[in-house]
Amino acid sequence: MTAEIDIRNVSKRFGSLTVLEDLSLKIPAHEFVVFLGPSGCGKSTLLRMIAGLESIDIGEIFINGEPIGHLPPGQRGVAMVFQSYALYPHMTVRQNMAFGLQNISVSSKVIAERVANAARMLEIGHLLDRKPGQLSGGQRQRVAIGRAVVKEPNAFLFDEPLSNLDAALRARTRVELAQLHQRLKSTMIFVTHDQMEAMTLADRIVVMNNKKIEQIGSPMDIYDRPATRFVAGFVGTPQMNFLNVTALATEPSGVRVECGALAVVAPFDAAAVGRATMLGIRAESVSVVRDGEGDIGATIDVLERLGDRSLVHARLADGQSVVANEAGQTRLKVGERIGLRFAGDKAHLFDADGVAFHVREAVS
Amino acid sequence: MSSNRRRTGPNGSDWRNALFIAPYLFFFLTLLVFPLFWGIWLSFHKADTFSSGAFVGFNNYVRLFNDHVFLQSIWNTFYFVFLTVPALAIIGLTLALALNSSSRLATVLRSLYFSSSVLSVTIVTLIWRIVFVPQFGLLSTIYGWFGAEAPAVLADPDLAMIGIALTTIWWCIGLPMMLFLAALQQIPGDIYEAAALDNAGWWRTLISITLPSIRRTFVLVLIIQIVLQFQLFGQSWLLTRGGPNNLTKPIVLYIYDIAFRRWDVGLGAAASEVLFALILVAAMTQYLISRRQEER
Repeated sequence: MTAEIDIRNVSKRFGSLTVLEDLSLKIPAHEFVVFLGPSGCGKSTLLRMIAGLESIDIGEIFINGEPIGHLPPGQRGVAMVFQSYALYPHMTVRQNMAFGLQNISVSSKVIAERVANAARMLEIGHLLDRKPGQLSGGQRQRVAIGRAVVKEPNAFLFDEPLSNLDAALRARTRVELAQLHQRLKSTMIFVTHDQMEAMTLADRIVVMNNKKIEQIGSPMDIYDRPATRFVAGFVGTPQMNFLNVTALATEPSGVRVECGALAVVAPFDAAAVGRATMLGIRAESVSVVRDGEGDIGATIDVLERLGDRSLVHARLADGQSVVANEAGQTRLKVGERIGLRFAGDKAHLFDADGVAFHVREAVS
Repeated sequence: MSSNRRRTGPNGSDWRNALFIAPYLFFFLTLLVFPLFWGIWLSFHKADTFSSGAFVGFNNYVRLFNDHVFLQSIWNTFYFVFLTVPALAIIGLTLALALNSSSRLATVLRSLYFSSSVLSVTIVTLIWRIVFVPQFGLLSTIYGWFGAEAPAVLADPDLAMIGIALTTIWWCIGLPMMLFLAALQQIPGDIYEAAALDNAGWWRTLISITLPSIRRTFVLVLIIQIVLQFQLFGQSWLLTRGGPNNLTKPIVLYIYDIAFRRWDVGLGAAASEVLFALILVAAMTQYLISRRQEER
């Protein structure tokens, strides 16, 4: 069971507040799509519109080519896992899972079979006669997924289902969700504001901000070639470094970008010349070298030791801050003078509207 | 810390801790526990207002259960509780379900339905006297539109208690409605969304989601109303004086007659103890039944 979901020119308003504006998106069957964005960007609203929990003001949503805007939630062939799990507190796990099937008059034999299968798959067989109040957060989460699985829906909708779990359980459940997708091959839409979840789970990420889609792409596309400054800043930890561009010039070897005393030359898209106002580069593309070496000198402000690597927060002479990545356990000290080397071919340029210009990809 | 201090214990064996609960304990003992036991003590004595009299053992209880007016009052009280408590619970729940929205109309109606609860029993009975009064009362007027003659509700042996029950339901409906509304608003909205995705229609949602979610409040409303309605007094006294022929005389009115009009305080105390036991048994039975259902 799987579905192709086609969202066409959808808009949504709550009173005078516009939440989504003229949004279009096509999700092929079997795909795991993650809606990623900050709180209030409209990602949950879009998911709820697909589920039928919010009306569609303008536009239409199609599942397998059929418009679904007029259908009640239960008849859209989708199942949803809520952030708070939304289990029925007075029912046992078994009753929670069976409830939806009983409502569409599935025979009790089939219900028992499906519940048993889902329970086996999610390893909750021993919990079937307990009530949600007797379960841990992780167990409730599995039951909520089980309740969705037994319905054998065309598409699974996940509304930030991992945000109530602790860090260790979240990481484990992430892997289990990925396995579930591989096993069921259903279309899955997952809403989150956590870019780590998006990167690890998605076939494609839809980055949303301020009522619109900023970028749609594979996780590595989004990471390596962000379409806008917002995407560049939102995806990736630590956040991408941004430096104000003071001068741009075309050179035989590429575009020369100056940010105060720093100069980077790389084969950027020539369209950036005259438009780019900001240079962006990720911490792992800035390396720490001895003072006097590299592209520019800096002073260490803060050191974050993460075990396998360290993040070096350094301040340039003009006051701008840059985070560099140092592999292994660093011997650097706060206040120490260092040099920073920028991998220009990994940098990005952004114009005043936030549109990105990347280094031209090598033609093989 | 000195060894002397350690001996008093780190958290609470010190007698000074008792000072914190002393004010409450004082009023609890003098205003609740003492009268309770004094009432029991009085019920075993031939007492009037001027003296607690002589010990008579179970004589007062024997007299009580040989008094057909008392037996009639027990029956009347049960009949009244049967008429009012289920109606208050069901109508209260229905109103709460209908008015559980944030619309302005619902807010106005909620206030309107609750407003009767703040009236005193004298005002309530006055209003309903005007409703029931023959010839020109509201009921007579309505019957008149259809060319019929309204029955004299408060004088009719079959209708008098129903009239008192109607008055009581109208007066008391605000509290159950508010309790149910509070309970309904505690149910998380996403459970209803999950139910919608589970294809549950309106009726199925009501039966399988809403009612089980407010089961505790339902029991609370029943217990509160059982305790309150067993103590019927004002409405009976002001509308029918217990008539016709003692058919609307509840236990409390019987106690009032015996203890404060005939000054047979011992017998009144015995009747009070019977009422206390009845309320206790009724409320506990209700509580235990609902708890057993919940455990199932």
